[in-house]
Amino acid sequence: MMRFRTATSPHVRQETSVGQVMRRVLYAMTPGVAALIWFFGWGVLVNLVIATVVAVLAEMALLAARGKPVVLHLSDYSAVVTAWLLAVALPPLAPWWLTTVGVLFAIVVAKHLYGGLGYNPFNPAMVGYVVLLVSFPREMSTWLIPRGVAQVNTLSLWETVRMVVVGGPTVDGLTGATPLDVLRTQMGLGLSVAEIRNSPVFGFVSGHGWEWGVLGFLVGGLWLLRVRAADWRIPVGMLGALGLLASVFYLIDPQRYAPPWFHLWSGAAIFGAFFIATDPVTASATPRGRLLYGAGIGILVYVIRAFGGYPDGVAFSVLLMNIATPTIDLYTQPRVFGAPRP
Amino acid sequence: MSRLFPFHGGLKTVRHKAESHILPITAGPLPTRLVVPLRQHMGHAAKPIVQPGDRVLKGQVLGQADGFISAAIHAPTSGRVAAVDAQPVPHPSGLADWCVTLETDGEERWLAREPVPYRQLHPSALRNVLRNAGIVGLGGAVFPAAVKLNPAGHCERVDTLILNGAECEPWITCDDRLMRERAAAIVAGLEVMAYLLEPRTVLIGIEDDKPEAIAAMTAACAGTGYLVRPVPTRYPSGSAKQLILLLTGREIPEQGLPLDIGIQCFNVATAYSVQRAIHHGEPVLSRIVTVTGQVRQPRNLEVLLGTSFAELIAQCGGYREGVERLIMGGPMMGFALHSDAVPVTKATNCILAVSAAELAPEQPVLPCIRCGACVDVCPSQLLPQQLYWFARAQEFDKARAHHLFSCIECGCCSVVCPSRLPLVQYYRYAKNEIWAREQEKEKAELARQRHQARLERLEREKQEREAKLRQKAPRPAAVVAEAPQREA
Repeated sequence: MMRFRTATSPHVRQETSVGQVMRRVLYAMTPGVAALIWFFGWGVLVNLVIATVVAVLAEMALLAARGKPVVLHLSDYSAVVTAWLLAVALPPLAPWWLTTVGVLFAIVVAKHLYGGLGYNPFNPAMVGYVVLLVSFPREMSTWLIPRGVAQVNTLSLWETVRMVVVGGPTVDGLTGATPLDVLRTQMGLGLSVAEIRNSPVFGFVSGHGWEWGVLGFLVGGLWLLRVRAADWRIPVGMLGALGLLASVFYLIDPQRYAPPWFHLWSGAAIFGAFFIATDPVTASATPRGRLLYGAGIGILVYVIRAFGGYPDGVAFSVLLMNIATPTIDLYTQPRVFGAPRP
Repeated sequence: MSRLFPFHGGLKTVRHKAESHILPITAGPLPTRLVVPLRQHMGHAAKPIVQPGDRVLKGQVLGQADGFISAAIHAPTSGRVAAVDAQPVPHPSGLADWCVTLETDGEERWLAREPVPYRQLHPSALRNVLRNAGIVGLGGAVFPAAVKLNPAGHCERVDTLILNGAECEPWITCDDRLMRERAAAIVAGLEVMAYLLEPRTVLIGIEDDKPEAIAAMTAACAGTGYLVRPVPTRYPSGSAKQLILLLTGREIPEQGLPLDIGIQCFNVATAYSVQRAIHHGEPVLSRIVTVTGQVRQPRNLEVLLGTSFAELIAQCGGYREGVERLIMGGPMMGFALHSDAVPVTKATNCILAVSAAELAPEQPVLPCIRCGACVDVCPSQLLPQQLYWFARAQEFDKARAHHLFSCIECGCCSVVCPSRLPLVQYYRYAKNEIWAREQEKEKAELARQRHQARLERLEREKQEREAKLRQKAPRPAAVVAEAPQREA
């Protein structure tokens, strides 16, 4: 007679893990990040490194303090994803403390104080970003002018690190407003969309240089959908709603409202749709709910951009829809097998 | 006509069919000792009607069906009853259950058996024949077939009879081999079922990874009007609900039965056992068992019920190195056994020995990240991640409101979970808790009713006594004086 240890079914499992899902998000970000580095210089990379180091250290400290197995939870890569999402959203020459404060807030407050991975109701990276945006508006709006516009951005890696760590005199002609900023301020001056778009800040579709970053994130994002690391419904819902709303207003008055393709291709729309809104923990988890959740974000982004006080609104929109997630989930339960068809 | 209606979710699983489907079905051993459990079916255990020391013939009844949902148990071969007592049985708990232990005499002496002229029998008489032959669903659910062959009270007319040859679980090939080798007998059994149910259409669903079985069944069905329908190889196409949807586009209502929508579904092996019972007068004494995985020669054996798993493993050349777990059934829904010293029952479609490499590695679980991979694969269209939260938080009312009882425990959600959560286990736990609480409630309600009845009875007796007293001694003054006292 042979004796065996028992366990419950199913006895097989697919090769998958939280770490794999999160690593795929990182891989998918690389084309966009590479484009940003090309157009905005080493600062993008420096931000990424600082954010990653701070995030990993903070994650380790908090896991240890909460008595969780550090290596196991660190290997889920969620802290690195949070760090990257935030770092990409920061100005390329942001001082080191800005990045650090944002990442610490994201990991310590938004993630671990709410119970860690899986329990946080708000997207940690976006909480960190919004804290920085409302606390340090000047630092947060000082963007570099991309390569190819006016003066060529020629800071070396070493000069970049020095500026980030030590700080330094802002080099004239190096920094400027983002395309969405330009649109907002110049609209305030009474210029039409067509006039504003003649500015050298703008490229083929949206901001010069920016648009290549957007393309990179779109490619990575589509790959994420393909490997099913993100659900297609959220980006479709978000970009669909944003595009639809932008089209409606563009048709009403093309002088006062930017065209839909500009909205879709500007700011954090694509990046947000594929990488931020798709954070599964804080998004709706039902199929219909995800479409609604995405659409809600898209609508809010447009409202904030066109009528609100900020040039872009992805972070606020995501956080607002995070609040709505439990309610959306409750009212969008799928029809169960055998229940009457509607 | 041959349109299929895909079900939501499901999985492409590992297959592992080739190991065991090459060799033809071989007769199992004739052991010196058979341990025949009295509970090999859903419902009540059979009532033993033999005693230690009795000599029994092959096919003789050992235990009678007890109640409506029950089935008879027979002696798989001739011999002497050695004991009627509790013995280890294949059950996840590892607990013992009542069994008849038979010392076989090796002579295989049959009880007189005769074909049943079923077309001359009234349906209820025919159902009784099947019930007494111990016929139960051999796909694994072992529900008494006679009950399922009675549409009265469910529907006016049976629309479709479905024969399930999907066999979607990895590794298992007993139905595949049976269909390849004994298609004509299966169809003959199916004819008996169709005689009872009088369906408009008869469909046979077989996963398309079994071309030989499909060909054999198609040939056997020639001239009968029965249709063989290959279905895509996608787990759990062999689940009755999913197969019915696949073939007819209709869903069994929640908490409902197939017959409620005029459909009935049987496993191919059940049809085969019906044929043995009707055309040969043989009750269910054996079944085809796939012995596979980490054994030297995986194959299908035709095994006498009550044969020890260990003997079958030995007939297949013994275990290979590094067997980590022994499973009865498939890797998706089968259960792990504590030991191989348990007998084959009517539910034993497969004995699977797996190595550590084939199993899900034992890794620590991580928190649910609500990724929704489980939602995508759930064939019941549930929200497994929500059910998990409710089960974990013991919010059983919410779990119920989220249709916990529609879960068929197919295991797809657990297989794809990146956090490696044992989701199915949580649902089983929640279901058991709810059942236990309901039983408690029922008990409490019964106790309350009893108490109420007792109080009423006491009150009634008291009044009767008083009425008698009043009749015996009618003293008006005293009655008036008593009245306010009673009110107080």
